[in-house]
Order: sequence, then structure tokens, then C-alpha cells
Amino acid sequence: MSAFLKLLARNRLALGGLIVMGIVVLLAILTPVLPLADPDVTNTADRFQPPFSGAGLLGTDHLGRDLLSRLMWGTRLSLAVGFAAALLAATIGAAIGIVAGFYGGRTDNIIMRGVDMLMAFPYILLALAIVAALGPGLMNALIAVAAVNIPFFARNIRGITVGIAHKEFVDAAKLSGMSNARIILTEILPNVIPVIVIAMSTTIGWMILETAGLSFLGLGSQPPQADLGSMLGEARSALISNPHTSVVPGLMILVIVMAINLLGDGVRDALDPRLKSGALNRPLPATLVAKDRKPAPEHAPGILTMSGLETQFHVKDRVYRAVGGVDLAVKPGEALGIIGESGSGKSVTALSVMGLVASPPGLITNGSVRYEGTDLVGAPYETLRSMRGRAVAYIFQDPLATLHPLYKVGDQLIEAIAAHRRIGRDEGRKKAVELLEAVRIPNAKSRVDNYPHEMSGGMRQRVGIAMALANDPEVIIADEPTTALDVTVQAQILSLLDDLRRDRGLAIIFITHDFGVVGQLCDRVAVMYAGRIVEEGPTRAVLDAPQHPYTARLIACVPELGQGKRRLEAIPGLPPVVDKLPEGCAFADRCDRVHADCRRGHIPLDGSGGRKVRCLYPVNLREAAE
Amino acid sequence: MTAALRVTDLSKTFEMKGGLFGKDKPGVRAVHPLTLEIQEGETLGIVGESGCGKSTLARMLVGLLPPSTGTIEIDGAALDNADPAVFGKRIQYVFQDPISSLNPRKTIRQIMEAPLKLLHGMDQKQRAERIAEIFATVSLREEFLERYPHEFSGGQAQRIGIARALAAEARILILDEPVSALDVSVQAQVLNLLADLKARLGLTYLFISHDLAVVEAVSDRIAVLYFGAVVELGRAEDVFRAPRHPYTKLLADSAPVVGRDLTAPEGRETELPDPLNPPPGCAFAARCPRAQARCREEVPGLGEFADGGHMAACFFPLEEGA
Amino acid sequence: MAGYILKRLLSAIPVLFGISVIVFLIMALIPGDPATAILGSFATPENVERLNADLGLDKPKWQQFFIWLGNMLQGDFGRSFALNRPVLDEVLERFGATLVLAGTSFVLCSILGIIAGVISAANQYGWADKGITFVVLLGISIPSFFLGMMMILIFAVQLRVLPASGMWPIYGDHNLWVLLRHLAMPALALSVVATGVIARLARSAMLEVLRQDFIRTARAKGVHERGVVWRHALRAAMVSIIPVLGIQAGFVLSGAVYIEVVFQWPGIGRMLVDAILRRDILLVQGGVVFVAACYVLFNIVVDVAQSMLDPRIKT
Repeated sequence: MSAFLKLLARNRLALGGLIVMGIVVLLAILTPVLPLADPDVTNTADRFQPPFSGAGLLGTDHLGRDLLSRLMWGTRLSLAVGFAAALLAATIGAAIGIVAGFYGGRTDNIIMRGVDMLMAFPYILLALAIVAALGPGLMNALIAVAAVNIPFFARNIRGITVGIAHKEFVDAAKLSGMSNARIILTEILPNVIPVIVIAMSTTIGWMILETAGLSFLGLGSQPPQADLGSMLGEARSALISNPHTSVVPGLMILVIVMAINLLGDGVRDALDPRLKSGALNRPLPATLVAKDRKPAPEHAPGILTMSGLETQFHVKDRVYRAVGGVDLAVKPGEALGIIGESGSGKSVTALSVMGLVASPPGLITNGSVRYEGTDLVGAPYETLRSMRGRAVAYIFQDPLATLHPLYKVGDQLIEAIAAHRRIGRDEGRKKAVELLEAVRIPNAKSRVDNYPHEMSGGMRQRVGIAMALANDPEVIIADEPTTALDVTVQAQILSLLDDLRRDRGLAIIFITHDFGVVGQLCDRVAVMYAGRIVEEGPTRAVLDAPQHPYTARLIACVPELGQGKRRLEAIPGLPPVVDKLPEGCAFADRCDRVHADCRRGHIPLDGSGGRKVRCLYPVNLREAAE
Repeated sequence: MTAALRVTDLSKTFEMKGGLFGKDKPGVRAVHPLTLEIQEGETLGIVGESGCGKSTLARMLVGLLPPSTGTIEIDGAALDNADPAVFGKRIQYVFQDPISSLNPRKTIRQIMEAPLKLLHGMDQKQRAERIAEIFATVSLREEFLERYPHEFSGGQAQRIGIARALAAEARILILDEPVSALDVSVQAQVLNLLADLKARLGLTYLFISHDLAVVEAVSDRIAVLYFGAVVELGRAEDVFRAPRHPYTKLLADSAPVVGRDLTAPEGRETELPDPLNPPPGCAFAARCPRAQARCREEVPGLGEFADGGHMAACFFPLEEGA
Repeated sequence: MAGYILKRLLSAIPVLFGISVIVFLIMALIPGDPATAILGSFATPENVERLNADLGLDKPKWQQFFIWLGNMLQGDFGRSFALNRPVLDEVLERFGATLVLAGTSFVLCSILGIIAGVISAANQYGWADKGITFVVLLGISIPSFFLGMMMILIFAVQLRVLPASGMWPIYGDHNLWVLLRHLAMPALALSVVATGVIARLARSAMLEVLRQDFIRTARAKGVHERGVVWRHALRAAMVSIIPVLGIQAGFVLSGAVYIEVVFQWPGIGRMLVDAILRRDILLVQGGVVFVAACYVLFNIVVDVAQSMLDPRIKT
């Protein structure tokens, strides 16, 4: 709760709304005790007095009544009615929505049919019909406004409830012996309430407008009682001769509704967890580069080299050092594997190459990425764009999420080509079919017109590979391309990639967490831990005789097929979080060979003959053999 | 020895709703009638690729999904009540995604107390003692009890999920991909914990996974599922070493193994059969290098090949060591 | 596609039936005797009874409903006692005027709202975003009837550039230019709120889409940022924008009631308000059912548009 208030207070606009709203509500509450004239006493002799004229601060209306006093009483009434309508609609609507969403099936069907029926009316028709039936009056207007808003709440809350009712913790609650009523009250409701509050806070303003509207039409509050809407309605006939009687209540409505909307947005932002994590930020076309970045010299030959690459995520006041100084190089025709667990920085390293790290919050703070000698970090957007897909292409993990769901796969392939050179419709289609054939998709001619959802996971990933090949790039970066796939499909995709590399002389950077995959596909491997490379070398050498204790123990963790039932070697503890990395070796706390000097200073990546390790006490050959 | 869990002819068909004026279409058969026994203290591994029906099977076993046909017996007594609370005391479930199986708005203590209060009617003092005992068993610190799920890593959350399953005091645990959301270094910790618990508390496990090596490492026996049916069943050390069903062999050959050359074990590009329009014979026939006419007409039963406890649903099973 | 349209049209039948049931039920809430209301409180009991029999009001409620429904299906919506003309004639004439006003506003708010939302999202936290966000906030907070009144004060009274009210001048030509001059203020005032709502939604839908994986794919293959925003992101965002356009069409129709009153526009909204105040029940009933039916048909158009955009919807 206090965290919520803190977040709300941080939002200056919402704070402004809160203050204005606080003042208006306070004045409305105090109205009966303030020294105001009676709002309903008419004095036709003093009609239409302008503001500040002596007859009341805001002048008088067409019957000579004190405008200030009427404004205060009207505000009081409008606020009360608006809040009451919102509360009523939210409570009933949410109850209906939760029941429909949780029980599903027939209950849901019947309720939602009814809701759809009500939503088939433009809402004011329903409100007008209700007022027509019940007769004009403020109470009836309140009922009408609440009633027409119930379906909106019901539908919204139902959607949220369906999502929550299918979560695993609801299943777990059932297995814990909870009844449905208890599940609704203790499992569903606490998760739905923030949504109800958001929906309410963003609709109160609307409700106030609506009740004011009905009163404006003469269907709400009846004379002499007046809310802001009916004040405006009564003033309309004198709009041209005495505009101030219209402007006063109109501006009041505007101020109230605007303050509520500002506050409502603030509440929504404070309650929405995605905003806290910055997940609703728009990623920029290219990753930001820190102004004080220092380019690093090329440390090794290669078509693509990363030198001293550092990428960070700045979330609020925390700095996550996702990539903490990576040196890597890949030669034409070579397959380089980068292996690591989640959070090791392997994907961020790969995405940093072409500036595809989501930014904000991503930021490249140091180092260089060179393609044939040109530094891509900090290069102008157009340079970077023209290299993307043409020089260095990507294959991503989940092919269902990475292909555009609304375009045919053929069109997506043609677009990849058209991004770099002019290509006609027919030629593009021919090329697309060729690409699909190159990745061994059967019936390429008809598959080219498929949408991604019409294909299986394996076929979609082939399309992803075809797209990467579209412009004959020199380097392909594959970021866990088989992780979402079944093992039999994975085998097909891996052998396809291997063939393509040999046929076309492609350099491949392959990101994975699977030693088996690295062992089969890659010439060289780099092991990452907590944002740094801890070991690098020829794949067989590293896998057969790991030198870094982390590599050695990680390999030992993974069961290998064909060894039967057995106990596994676990690594105790967890990897460090990259916003508070310890000094020295990041693995020290989990390492059984740790010495005092492992926790001091910078430990370099040392070695010779292509074999490098970042460890003061590496595992030697004899130990590895044991 | 009595079977801790016996399922007989258990199957699930999902009805397909026709339109407002359309006729109901024939359903999708997610699990074909299946008969299995798990002995007390045994770990039965179930392995299969996505869409093979392994999660549907698991949800039926714990009562979260009513089966279309068949019966479930625990210690010889039939569970015919579809109430998960009745199931809860006999058989429990450990979920794949440890974080989403914990209600984000409840403390760990509230989550742990639910089964103790509702299934066993314990009072507050008993509950506190029992929770302390369970937490000690799964080596979790008691200070975690006042925290909320989002404060935990995947491995810790999965320990909490296991602790909750233990609280129900069920003798049988269904472990549905319990480590597939975890990193390998943490995965080994959780697998070892599960092995310790089983030895100490005499539990029976049904371990579901898509990872062949993990299943092999933890199971006594393994059942291979393909397209909703068991195609091979045998001792863990035999199934992948000497597969009898061609599909099992394909799985074993596809698993990436360091040092083995990269070749696609299947020459052709193949896909799973369409569940809305299943083939008349063996579901694997279209992908099978050994398929003959009979395979495309008749569905082989699991008893087609039997060698001791090793069974395979294949008319033309592979030879030992083939 | 034709099959899908047919299916949607068929599924509208129960909805239309439900709408007429709801309207009938609400109207049945009216206390007292319609015949007395029509004839006034000085009517003789015999006259009241005769009129009740004429109107079929002596029959059970469910029979009354089916008689009313049957008559409507034959184009007989009854007679407005206050105007002394068939309800349908009056409704059709007034609805035409509303369609001109609401249709213009709807097109205006759809286009302006989407463009504003996309620009806002593409420049998140930039000056364009901040400016648009502020204007949008103002737009959704101002009562449209107050805005209309202020526009009259400024453009008709002070600047004298636009006519203050009505659809046509009392004397003079009926040509397009005259209509547009009369239409300008009401259409603009009516579209302000909906433009704001659509712009907000389009902005958040765009932000949601822009962080999807397929946007990263588009960038990775070298698509220019303009293409990423307007071709990839907007197309995907339209999937969540289009249903809201359908809902907003209802809000525009609703808002038209106020605007028609403020600008003396001879539309169906003003007709309904007058009819309610005069307790002309048959006119209210007929008008509500007719507009609701049109809105249902419009929503079918929206659904069809959605299915053309999104191949994942089974047609």
C-alpha cells in the first residue's frame, strides 16, 4: 500500500490530479457549513449579475440565484452521483464477470449472451429507455448510468478472471481442498481487485460526465435542485446574452473530470506491474550507446569481432551489468557456440551486435563490435540498418512469436529482401519459394502462401532460417533456435544449419544452454557466467577437459543419455544477480576450490593456443581425468 | 506387491463444439485408452514430445480433468469422485512452472496452510509445527514463510511447490515437468531433493518430462508416449539403450549427444498426424522406416511385443541392439 | 468469406430479438395506463377502454410483445400521438440527419485517433507524445455539450464564421457546401471524446505491439523504422483497435444526442429526448429499437473487417 502511494506520488500529473480532487471533495463536503447564500432563493430583480459585481462572487443566474452557492451544491451532487454510479456498476459488473469467468461453460455462455445483448445498444439508448420508463429524476439517471456501464465492467472483469482461473495456482488450490467459493474469494478476487480499481478509477470521470449529460437534457435532477449538468442545461438558453452562467458550471465539470482522469491514470500506472518493470517502454530502433563509451581495439582477427563489449540495463536506480566486457571473434565458415544459463548474458551479447537490445532500458556502455573492421557500436542508424539481415542475420528462439502473425510467410520473406534491394512482385515470389526449398520445406510453392499459425513449430523455424538467408549474409547469429522445439524436430533443424554453414561458408554464432547441441554443431565454444566469458576454446577440448570449475561442474550436472538411473552432481547456490556482482570471481561463492585471492581484484581471461580460462586455480588435466 | 496406482482404460476425448447451427464434430482424442500400474516406491517416467497427451494424463490422475473413460485406483481402492479435494489426500501434483503455481498475492505461509487446514483440519499450532517439519525436510528456511512468491528464484519456488505437495501427505506425487523451467545447475539440485524425499518418505512418483536424459536418470521404468498412446514401456536402463519401438529409437537418436555426428535421424521432413483426422493404423506409420501395409490399417496394441517387463506397441519391433 | 458474413447475419437474429425483449421489458415498467397518458386525465372511462382495446393493451403482456414485434417486422412501428404521424416515417427522416452527423464524426475520430496514437507511441515520452497526451486528456475530460456551447460562442457569436445551429438554413440553397458549414462544429464537437479514447487505446496497443518479438525480427532483417511502425506494428495493433472502433461508434451515436440538442440538429437523438419529455412512448420504443438494430448491423461490418485483417479468425 505504501509502495503504491509512493508510486502515485512520484507521478507529478497524478499528484496534481489528487490535490485538485482533494480540494474539490473537501469543499463539497464542507458546503453545508460554509457561509453561502441559499442556492434556491430566487431574486428576479438581480438576475444575470456578472461575476465580481457585488451580488455574489460569481454573480447570479436567470432567476437571480447565487451562482457560487449553486455551483458548490451542484458539485456536491454531481460528485456523489458519479461516485455512487461507478461503485454500483463496478460491484455488480465485477460480480457478474467473476462468476462467468470462473465457472465458464454454460454459466458463462448464458451470462455473456445477456451482456452482449446489452452492449448491442449504443449505451445512451438504454439509458434513455430506462429514464423514459422510470421518469426523469436524478436517482433514475443514476440507476440508468450505472446500469448501462455494468456490461462493460462485466466483460472486462470476466476476461481477466478467465486468465487467472486457468493459472496453475488455482489448480493447486483445488488440490489443497478448497471449495469453489473459497477459491473465488481467496485466490481469484485478490488478483482481480487491482483491475477493478483501475477500471473504476478510469471510468468515474466518465460516469460524472454521463449523469451531467442526462441532467443537461433535463432528464436528471429536476428544479429547483441542480447538479452541474442541469445548471448548464438551464443556462443554455442564455448562452449568447450571459455566457458566464454556462461557463461556470462547464469549467467545473472539466476541472473535476480532468483531475479524476489524471488521478485514474496515476492509479492505473501504479497498479500495473508491467509499468514498474519498464516493459511498456517502446524499444528504440537501435540500442542506445553511452556517450562516454570507449571503443576497444580489435583483439583478434575475424569477420565479426566483439571487443570489451559491455551492455547494461538501467532500471530505475539499479544497474544490471548483463554483459561485462566480452571479447569474441568468429571467422568465415566457423561455428562459435556461446553457452550459459539464464541470466548469463549470452543473448544480450548476441543482440548487442546489431543494436537489437531493447532500449530503454538497454545501453551499450563500452567496447566495440566490428564487422570487417567497421565499428557498429555508435554507428549511424542507416549504416546499422543496411547491415542488419544483409551482413549479419538473426534466427530467434520461438518462431511463433518471432514471425508476424498477420502476414503470409512468403510476404515476410520478400520484405526481408526488399529491405535491401528493389525486387519485383514475381521475382520476389520466385526467390521466396527458392528460399523455402533451401530450408527443405516440402511443397514450397503452396507453403509460401501460408500464415505462420498454419505451420508447425519446426516448419516455422525453417521459415525463420530462410528469412535469415534471404540476403546471403556472412554471419548468422542463432539465439537458442531449437529450445522451443521437440527433440526430433531439433535434430532436423540442427543438421539443416550445419549443412547450410558448410555449403555457403557461413559464420555461425550459436547461443544455447545445451552442451549436447554445442558438442555436435560448434567448432569453438565460449562459456558465459554472470556476464563474462569464463572459458573459451575448441569445443572438444573444453568439453573433454574443462579448466574452469564452473564449466566442469556444469557439465557434470547434465545427465547424459544411456547411463541409467543415477544421482546427479548439483552445484549448490544460485548465480549472482548482475546488479550486485561480487569483486573477483563471480563463481567464488559456489566453488569448492575457492581461495582468498579469488575474491579480490580483476581476474583476467588467460591462456594460449586458443584455450583461455578466467580462473586463478584452473582444473588441470589430471584432475579432470579423475 | 500391490500397485500404488493403477489406471485402467483411462482416456480423454475433448469435445469439439459445433457452431450455433452446426452439428457437434467428433472430438479430439488426447489420450487413448491407457492401462498402467505403478508399484509402491517406484518412479515411473513418462516421456513424450509436445502434444503427446502427457499433461492431459497427469491432470486426469489428480482429478483436475474428468476422464472420458476408465478408472483410477489407489492402493486398490477406486477413486470415482471427481472432487480434487478427495484426490488431494491420496495423490498430489507438482507443477511445471513453479512461479505461476503460487498465488502472487499470498504469503508462502498462507499457501502452505491451505492443504493442512482444508485436507487435514489441523489447528493453528499443529499447522505451524507441521510446516516447520516440512520446510526442514526440503531444506527451506522458515523465514521464507512470510514472503511472497515473486521474491523467489525458480529453484526455490519449485522447492516450495514440492513442500506444498508434501503437506497434503499424499503417498503419490505426479511430477509434471518439474525441472524443465529451471537452469541445469538448479535442475540437478531439485532432482536430487526429489530422490532424497522419495527414499526418506517412501513416496511413489510419476515423473513426466520431455527430456530423455533426465527421465532416464530418475526413473525405474519408462513409458514412451506418442500421439496419446503408450508405444513402449520398460526398465529405464533398457528403453533408450535397446529401444524396440522405432519411435523410441528415433527419440534416442535425436537427442544431442556430445561426440556424435550431426545427422538428421529422419531423412524426410515429417510432421505429427492431424489429431482431428487421425490415421487408421499406427500413428507413427507415416514416419516409420519399417512401416508395412499392416501398420497403416491396424492399430498395434502395447502387447504386440513383450519381453519380460519390456513392451512395445509395434508389429515389427527392432531387435535387441539394432 | 460469404459464408462468414451469412453466419454473422444469422447470429444477429437472436440479438435483435433480445434487444426488442429488453426494450419491451423496460417500457413495461412504466407506471399507469398509456391510454390515460395519451388521452389526458380528463378522458372518459369508455374512451380509455376503447383506446386500450385499439392498442391491444387489454391482452396479456407476452401477447402484446408478439403483436408489437410482428407489426414492426411488417414496418408498422405504430403512431406517434404527439406528432400524429407514423413512428417509422419520423424515425427514418431523423435518422438520416443523425447518420450524416455521426458518420462524419466517426470517420474523423477513427483517422485522427489512430494517427495521433501511432505518433504518440512512436515518440514515447517525446514532445509529440506529451503534447498529444495532454490534448487527448483535455478531450476526454470536457463534456461534449459544453464544448459545443463554447464553439457556438466563439465561432458563431464572436467570429461569425459558422452558423450556430441547424442542418440547413431556413432560406437558401441546400448544397454540399452549406451542409458542410453547418456540419463543421457539431461533427468536430462530437468527435473529440472518441478521438481521445481511440488515440489512447491506439497508443497503448502500439506500445504493446512494439515490444513483441516479431518487431525485433523485422528490425533484425533490416526493415526501416518507418516500415516497422506503420506496416508491422500498426497492422498488429489494429487487431485490438478495430473492436474498440466498433464500441466507439456506439459512443459517437450516443454523444450525438447531446450535440443534436446543443446545435438544434434535426436528428434522432433530439427526437428521443423530446419524446421522453412528452411521454410519447411508441416513438421512444420505435426509435430505440431502430437505432439499436442499425448498430448491430454496423458491428457485423466491424467483425467482418476484423476477420479480413486477422487470418487467425476462422471464417
